Amino acid sequence: MQKLALSGLTLAFTATSTLAATDITWWHGMAGRNGEVINELATQFNAAQNACVLTPVSKGTYEEALAAGIAAFRSGDQPNILQVFDAGAATIINAPKAVIPAEDLIKGAGYDFNREDFIQGVRYFYADSDGKFVGMPFNSSAPIMYVNTEALQKAGIAGAPKTWEEFEAMAPKLKAAGYIPLVQSQLTWEFTENFFSRHDLQFATNNNGYDAVAGTEINVDAPEHVMMYQKLKDWYDDGWFGYFGAGWSDNQKPFEEDKAALWIGSSGSFGGLQKSAQMPFTASFLPYWNAIDGAGTNTFIGGAALFAMSGHDDAQNKCTADFFEFLTSPEVQYFWHKSTGYVPVTEAAYELAKADGHYDRFPAAEVGIKQLMLPGGEWSKGYRMGFYPQIREVMEREYGRIFAGETSVEDAMATIKSEGDALLARFAKTTASN
Amino acid sequence: MKRVQFSSRWLPYLFLAPQMAIIFVFFYWPSVQAVQSSFYLEDPFGFGSTFVGLENYADILSSHEYLGIAKFTLVFTLLVTGLSLGLGLLLAVKADAVLRGSHSYKTLLIWVYAVAPPVAGLIGMMFFDQHIGPLVRAAAFFGWDMKVGLDYTDTAIAMITVSVWKQIPYNFIFFLSGLQSLPASVREAALIDCRSGARRFLDVTLPLLAPTAFFLLIMNMTYALFETFGIIDVIVKDKAANNPITLVYKVYMDGFRGNDLGGSSAQSVILMLIVFVLTIFQFRFIERRVHYG
Repeated sequence: MQKLALSGLTLAFTATSTLAATDITWWHGMAGRNGEVINELATQFNAAQNACVLTPVSKGTYEEALAAGIAAFRSGDQPNILQVFDAGAATIINAPKAVIPAEDLIKGAGYDFNREDFIQGVRYFYADSDGKFVGMPFNSSAPIMYVNTEALQKAGIAGAPKTWEEFEAMAPKLKAAGYIPLVQSQLTWEFTENFFSRHDLQFATNNNGYDAVAGTEINVDAPEHVMMYQKLKDWYDDGWFGYFGAGWSDNQKPFEEDKAALWIGSSGSFGGLQKSAQMPFTASFLPYWNAIDGAGTNTFIGGAALFAMSGHDDAQNKCTADFFEFLTSPEVQYFWHKSTGYVPVTEAAYELAKADGHYDRFPAAEVGIKQLMLPGGEWSKGYRMGFYPQIREVMEREYGRIFAGETSVEDAMATIKSEGDALLARFAKTTASN
Repeated sequence: MKRVQFSSRWLPYLFLAPQMAIIFVFFYWPSVQAVQSSFYLEDPFGFGSTFVGLENYADILSSHEYLGIAKFTLVFTLLVTGLSLGLGLLLAVKADAVLRGSHSYKTLLIWVYAVAPPVAGLIGMMFFDQHIGPLVRAAAFFGWDMKVGLDYTDTAIAMITVSVWKQIPYNFIFFLSGLQSLPASVREAALIDCRSGARRFLDVTLPLLAPTAFFLLIMNMTYALFETFGIIDVIVKDKAANNPITLVYKVYMDGFRGNDLGGSSAQSVILMLIVFVLTIFQFRFIERRVHYG
């Protein structure tokens, strides 16, 4: 808290000391340690040059930041930069008049821009159908498995499971050793969206939603996906899987407190976990089913991207471009990666981290980026669905009902499909009027 | 009663104007906007909208989920209103009877009212936390495996408990001052006429308290329908999942979180109509039984 106040103070100080400079604002949805690091980034940027002063403003959660950005845009008072999370990407990318594509902005400001500089998993998610960057990838993460090494030792297990088949074999031993074998923190992200990318299965029609808004349907009722949730439910009933509701921290807590052996979380959780975990831990890739053909591909990128909102003058846009350029420099990416655990988005930053020996000191920090650099499949590039935050809410509701024993897995998936398809159709209608 | 005389016919309207302007800007204007946008499907960023007539309403009223939320809202409102009124009255009657130490007793009961709803929600959430909640441990002692956030009924119980706890002091203050303003002569007369305390309470005290109770009934219903939002938000931790929510929370989820403005507007219009009908019903049927002294 004190640190936060301090960085706010430095920020206010730099803001007043350079009156002639152009002011730009950055609205984001991060709190806690990550929010502090954002303030540090802004301080670094403001110190590095004289022309621009960047002020970051936390708007609460990702959803709240997006809602605030939209409301501000409608009243003509939008920030220069808005952070939009993965699930909300379709909303902003389908409003082309609201944003200046990051690639155009950067090139317009006279900088070089090469898509190939970005790592494989990041390259397409926030791009349009031609591959042009609309959003600037910023905090990117992957769902990975954190491993309580003590728990595995006590249960006499050599290493983390690579596949779910291996997990099934070790779960009884972990349970016997007094641990909850597995917990996770966001079913929709870890066991639905990334289930499809990790197994190279098609998540939605129309090329995962990239090709067209109208007529896109979601494939949650795919037999493999139904099987995954049936397994989770069986594991839950056997005491192999702990589920404490849809809240992120409710499910992270048992792992931090040394009560659970394995936790599926975000690679971006690494920084926080280093402080909160009460036991030694390491990390490994998100497991997959060996029995599914073609499994083992990379996962979708998670996290969020920065969007340059339209409606600002050239001087401000130039500052936004300057900041994007600053942000993607290897040094800044490495700083961000090191402080938070989010992956570096460019190959150069990854190389810098390697050369600096970061992964020799913290092997777990490399897991997320390695997972994103795994060979890609036809369906693991990304997905784009409108009103997707609401579709996630429908999933959260139905998944909760599965574990509460109020519905069967098949019925839950059928409900998600019908309500999800209706939401997708509804979104197609709202953008058709553009 | 003393009447104020205005020299000009327009002066009173002039005095009323600021108030009317505020009501217009903050109430009528948004209401009209909500009704209007409920007939449209609107792009979140406001680039275009399509007229869809009553389609938004049809979608909502045919949605299984929405009807479930409506049903929960009804149960929630009845329970929160009934329990907080009942307990508030009980505590007020007991406080009214206490002579010594009544001051500290009253203060203790009233301070809860100064707690903001999200803070109340947070305190409640800590009591019902799955990992550290003392009430969950107490429930486990009786063999009840309470899972707030996972089990629909358990979460509902937590929400109702916290909401009632938060509202009792408000009712307590009003009931207590109502009780203390009852004429001593009437009480004494009742005391002579009837020995049964319960009878006296039902036949004399309660009817005299009716104006207070009627006012509180309306306030409590509004509280349960709208002001519990903060408590619900904290208890479901921003992720409703399969937990119970009320209609006003659904408006927030679809409108602010989901960016579906048309659907959310239609929902708030429905909510507005419900409140309208409730108010008419209360004033036409219940107020007739209320005797204002």
